[in-house]
Amino acid sequence: MPDSLQRIVIVGATSSIAEHCARLWATGHRPVEGALALTLVGRDAGRLERVAADLRVRGATVLVRTVDFSDPRAIRLLTDGIVADGMPQQVLIAHGSLPDQQQCQRDLAAAYEALDVNGVSPVLFAEAFAGHMEPVGGVITIIGSVAGDRGRRSNYVYGAAKGLVTRYAQGLQHRLAGSGSNLKVVLVKPGPTATPMTAHLPQKGLAPVEQVARQIVDGSAAGKPVVYAPGKWFVIMMIIRHLPAFVFNKMNI
Amino acid sequence: MVKVSSWGRLDSHEHDLVPLSDRDQAVRAVAGSRGLAQGNARSYGDVCLNPDGRLWRMTGLDRFIAFDPATGRLRCEAGVLLRNIQRMSIARGWLLPVTPGTQMITVGGAIANDVHGKNHHVLGSFGDHVLGLRLARTDGRVIDCGPDIEPGWFAATVGGMGLTGVIVEAELQLRRVSGPWLVTDTVPYRNLDEFFALADSSEAGWEQTVSWVDCLSGIGRGLFFRANLAGIPDREAQSGRKPKRVPFVPPVSLVNGLSLRAFNETYYRANVLKAGYAIAHFEKYTYPLDNLHDWNRMYGPRGFYQYQSVVPREAGRVAIQAMLETIKASGQGSFLAVLKTFGDRASRGMMSFPRPGVTLALDFPNRGERTNALFDRLDAIVRDAGGRIYAAKDARMPRDLFESGYPRLAEFLQYRDPGISSSMSRRLIGS
Repeated sequence: MPDSLQRIVIVGATSSIAEHCARLWATGHRPVEGALALTLVGRDAGRLERVAADLRVRGATVLVRTVDFSDPRAIRLLTDGIVADGMPQQVLIAHGSLPDQQQCQRDLAAAYEALDVNGVSPVLFAEAFAGHMEPVGGVITIIGSVAGDRGRRSNYVYGAAKGLVTRYAQGLQHRLAGSGSNLKVVLVKPGPTATPMTAHLPQKGLAPVEQVARQIVDGSAAGKPVVYAPGKWFVIMMIIRHLPAFVFNKMNI
Repeated sequence: MVKVSSWGRLDSHEHDLVPLSDRDQAVRAVAGSRGLAQGNARSYGDVCLNPDGRLWRMTGLDRFIAFDPATGRLRCEAGVLLRNIQRMSIARGWLLPVTPGTQMITVGGAIANDVHGKNHHVLGSFGDHVLGLRLARTDGRVIDCGPDIEPGWFAATVGGMGLTGVIVEAELQLRRVSGPWLVTDTVPYRNLDEFFALADSSEAGWEQTVSWVDCLSGIGRGLFFRANLAGIPDREAQSGRKPKRVPFVPPVSLVNGLSLRAFNETYYRANVLKAGYAIAHFEKYTYPLDNLHDWNRMYGPRGFYQYQSVVPREAGRVAIQAMLETIKASGQGSFLAVLKTFGDRASRGMMSFPRPGVTLALDFPNRGERTNALFDRLDAIVRDAGGRIYAAKDARMPRDLFESGYPRLAEFLQYRDPGISSSMSRRLIGS
């Protein structure tokens, strides 16, 4: 008999976008059936605990787990452990960091780390949860980026990692469609968002993080395959993807 | 560097904006640095600006830390908006005891300006309900203080305009409420004598009292609003109307002699017809402008000032009359003209604005010299009456009026953080 507890797992829960999604879930922006339990996964126990305390005041039941995001064995153990406690209905994979492109060009270690945390690690988490959730269904939401739609000189290492996530999500969606599973995979592509990750950039044109979080939570509930947040980035990236190289390569973007 | 302006939009200046988003990181960022904490930038004037210097933007420190629904004690980070507290707590039967006319300010800002509300005569100001706070100093010290712990630091920081350090977190005492509803009453008054009679007779039985005064009538006619919490928890909660936005900055102020005269006449007459009792949701009644985003744009590209003074009750009748006549003669003023009596309780903060007496607040579109000349005349009335001007709303008061209005200034300066400076502190304190 299925228990009525709705479990949502958030990987990278201290990221600003993930934290705002968690607040929406905790305060019933999208009401769930039965009681809600959030499992927050992150690297830094202190920061995770601060996010968890806030969500508890808002009314959620919250568990906290730490893990090394770049260790495949640790990711496997963690996901197995979470699932053993109770199958999640939703998983949000939200971790990442915006690297300095220039530094990545000079320093291969920085490039490696950027590719790992933004590309490889989210894929490993998704794969681990998908294996468990495929038979029972649910939603896995992965945060990619508009930067993954076309490589650009200003951030192509980050873009390449997010491009990996895009291709991976497509492939997983294809696999699940073929298997008749009730598991949905939602790929979110946020445009530039006002978060601590972008605090050093000019703030004009950055989307408010609350707005992006709302679109993620609503898009996940609807099980949409791809969510651009805000929606205007669908049009902008459609144009950028289709610009011929001789035009695109003259642009300083 | 980023251009930042305050709510009055008088000016915008380059700032080195440093957003803080984690309270441990905040303490480290402040240590050994120089700057000023800024909340949601709803102060009208220059108390929250530090041109060409650093601003620690506190709105990312927006986490609750702990809430006890049995006692109503809430610990939270300093960047939490009052609205987020009330929306969280109302469902559990608690609200903030004191809020100003907007919920879109941070806890840190509310403490630093020791804000007051319509219920000052019953519950005092915001600082009266702060159980403790954590202050990060630029010398690296972290000071936990409250009414009974390090009371000197506490009294300097409540109403201390952010100059004693950066408030990182606070513990607040919320108050038990039966629901979000208010019983309200609107009473028109025709002159200041009627206003004072209404204020005197209402303070005992009504928890919230405030009035709108027709700043162009010269005689002090207006509308007296009073309200109490209603014991009706079971009405269906409503989130109110859909917010609207002033979409762009009009090339000139929409607030001028003509629009103001028409508005005041219509507003007064419409409310005379609607006078009497009603039931209202607290958010809609107490924070009407929170649903009109960017209303400060209405005053055009030159921005606006708010002039809020308090004068002692004895001198109040004459001083308020003189200010209203002066404003009428100048033909300047605003839709938003508020007249209210403060209760007799002394504020906890050394530099808190509220004191026993009567307070008048008005917005004025910035018309340069004309507006400054009007302020000089109003200053003279406030000075003669032994009153003071509200620093959270000020951008221009002269230093002598600041010094005479805030007699505990010398004591306060002992607690000043030398690494913290604002446009206001440089203007009024010299550093």
